[in-house]
Amino acid sequence: MSARRLRLKTRVLAVTVVTANVAGNFMLSLGLRHRAPAGFAAPLGWLEALASPWVLLGMTALALWMLSRLALLSWADLSWVVPVTASGYALTALLGRLLLGEQISPLRWAGILLITVGVLLVRTTAIRTTRPRRPSGAPR
Amino acid sequence: MNWLLVAIVALTASAGDALQTLGMKVHGEIHDFRPRALGRAAARLLRSWHLGLSLLLLAISFGAFLILLSVADLSFAVPATAVEYVSTTLLARYLLGEKVNWRRWAGAGLVACGVLLLAL
Repeated sequence: MSARRLRLKTRVLAVTVVTANVAGNFMLSLGLRHRAPAGFAAPLGWLEALASPWVLLGMTALALWMLSRLALLSWADLSWVVPVTASGYALTALLGRLLLGEQISPLRWAGILLITVGVLLVRTTAIRTTRPRRPSGAPR
Repeated sequence: MNWLLVAIVALTASAGDALQTLGMKVHGEIHDFRPRALGRAAARLLRSWHLGLSLLLLAISFGAFLILLSVADLSFAVPATAVEYVSTTLLARYLLGEKVNWRRWAGAGLVACGVLLLAL
């Protein structure tokens, strides 16, 4: 596989991982917020919360997140994937501001900036630094 | 209570991530993204112990995260669990043998600091 194709494939998967993660956390929050403590006192409160449409949608998005991340990890370094997909934290904060009306203090803006610089820095490093153990089924 | 939950979420997620990466690297790179090929890959992956154990760890982490979301704001819960960025980079370096150069360390460090600032 050419280096260019590897970069393209990595980019597509990384964007999928981040989008599914941000959307999943956001929908889970919509479904779960303000239910504690009364909602979780009884087992029925749990079941009711878990059956809410936002929680189910959120879990579906998080399943997609986990599967696309697995595929990405089949060739990319864990120490590359983890910081780069952290851009989701900055996106989550911005979504909270835009859609939930949560405030972003100057300190939190600084956090978003640090994450962005960190992600850009890690993106300049090699996607894979370990040798493949053995080729999988498909011919190259 | 909130920070205890954060610690559980981070530690189990880090160990699960390292194990998952090991399992995927043992399986080999995924080339074919057609559904049937992905199904075959999934069937093979489900038979490896790495993935099973990592899923158990990640399930514990996810359960703790759900509890955390129910007692804390999303804007606390999501950023705070990012202490795992440091522990995961350490495991990747020393357990998986990945080459973590200064730019990667600096990037991971900046991300961790940024996430802490977000959690304040």
